[in-house]
Amino acid sequence: MVELTPIKKIKENFPDKIEETWQKSSRRTYVTVKKDAVKDIVSYLMKNLGARFIIITALDTRKGIEMLYHFSFDQRGCILSIRTFVPMPLPEIESIAQIISGAEYIEREIHDLLGVNFKNHPNLKRFILADDWPEGLYPLRREHKCQFPYRTVEEQNLFRQEILKKEEQ
Amino acid sequence: MRTTIPIGPYHPLLEEPELFRVVVEGERIVDIDWRTSWNHRGIEKIAESKTYEQALFLVERICGICSTSHPIAFCNAVEDLADIEIPDRAKYIRTIVAELERIHSHLLWLGLAGHYIGYHTVWMWAWRYREPICELFEIISGNRQSYAMMKIGGVRQDIKEETIPIIMKTINELEPKIHMFADAILDDPVMLARLRNVGKLSKEDAINWCTVGPVARSAGVDIDIRRDYPYASYDRVEWKVITQVDGDVLAVAVVRLLEILESIKIIRQCLEKMPPGPLQVEVPEIPVGEGIGVEEAPRGECFHYVQSDGTNCPYRLKIRAPSYVNIPCFRSRFIGERISDILLILASVDPCYCCTNRTIKIDNGKVKSTMTDKDLLELSWKETEQLREHYKGYPGGGLLE
Repeated sequence: MVELTPIKKIKENFPDKIEETWQKSSRRTYVTVKKDAVKDIVSYLMKNLGARFIIITALDTRKGIEMLYHFSFDQRGCILSIRTFVPMPLPEIESIAQIISGAEYIEREIHDLLGVNFKNHPNLKRFILADDWPEGLYPLRREHKCQFPYRTVEEQNLFRQEILKKEEQ
Repeated sequence: MRTTIPIGPYHPLLEEPELFRVVVEGERIVDIDWRTSWNHRGIEKIAESKTYEQALFLVERICGICSTSHPIAFCNAVEDLADIEIPDRAKYIRTIVAELERIHSHLLWLGLAGHYIGYHTVWMWAWRYREPICELFEIISGNRQSYAMMKIGGVRQDIKEETIPIIMKTINELEPKIHMFADAILDDPVMLARLRNVGKLSKEDAINWCTVGPVARSAGVDIDIRRDYPYASYDRVEWKVITQVDGDVLAVAVVRLLEILESIKIIRQCLEKMPPGPLQVEVPEIPVGEGIGVEEAPRGECFHYVQSDGTNCPYRLKIRAPSYVNIPCFRSRFIGERISDILLILASVDPCYCCTNRTIKIDNGKVKSTMTDKDLLELSWKETEQLREHYKGYPGGGLLE
């Protein structure tokens, strides 16, 4: 499979920030990068390579909150996903809303549902959850119980440690 | 003096309650804030506890109007994940269903847009022409909405030989009507004056706010998933991507009208070229991995991301519907516009919900009066009426010539 030009360029410009590249097919590529380089890479993709931002997927995994920034190169017909891991228990990452205005709302959504704190976000208010939803409960985290009554924050922390312990065994 | 007008948050007719806080200075809008998800259904969370087959029915329920776009995007994602190649006949059937849906969705929008600016004839006509398309769906799948045609690895139902002439006849009858419609709307000076330069979206803003679909194409951004990421059988038929440059409400209307004609072209070719053969392939065990599926819904790009941990349920399903990125572009479109254009600009992106329930006028923090959707509609109609008076006796705009 031929390596795509955007991937080559990222590798040239950010050699020490890239941990892994996986080209699934000619149209799908996943690049794992270090957390602190995300903003620079996103800015480079948008300004120099003319990518179109699609969305951010965030999911709760063993290694922390996994964030996938999906970009589309429409002329080439390929989707590039920048993957990074934000370590728990206090996930924090630089916001990209100042580079791409369209990313503002998805960052607010991830802040609501998974509790990721986006630094330098212009307006990190509640967006998806109700105004009276208890603080510190994040519905898309693994320790969240869907039935009422929900686990409290302390119970959640205990539960999370139990899951992690079970998985280690 | 600044006044905040909340539009929303509930309407009994619509499935997606949203709230816009519009800040106005006199007649002009200076700022807008968007809030949503009062009826958040948690589909991404529910999908994690469903099998892939069940999740397909779940994603079909995301939207009642584009009820085949999400299943196609989800199937594309799972097929990308498990490297499934679907049979040729299934590809053509997917294309036909998706394009019929585009026609009915665009006609629905056109009717509502006509209603908002006080052209009730447009409303009635558009919905009358939409009706045969819904009946076609009933003939093909048994349902007018939520057709349940898609399946991972193919399609669930065939388009039978005896149905093909009926589809052909319906779209042949529809085509001259759309032409007539386009001429009638775009030659009307009142309509042009009412739609032109309203809610302008520049190309830079369209890219910056990540808009997709007709909204992006109306602003000159040349993207179309059907061409850029060919799925189903779009790479085997001839058609073109419709773009405009102005980015105003008129440009959006033109893009949608011309897209209906392109859809008719695509369906006609698909019906002629459709090869015989199986409808589906056997789905292997879903491996560990991840897949991305995109689809051009009537409103823009549908994006589905599936991550699998090797079980029969998706570990994570991320859905990005087109309206999610098209609505925030209001922040750049609304500024400087008048209150009477609010409804029109809201409607121009076809945001999967079309009306407003109530609007409370707050003056210096005190509730002064409550405006309902009726009041907003009347504001919009009044403006059209004024233009009608002004343009009495003028010749047509001749946009399509």
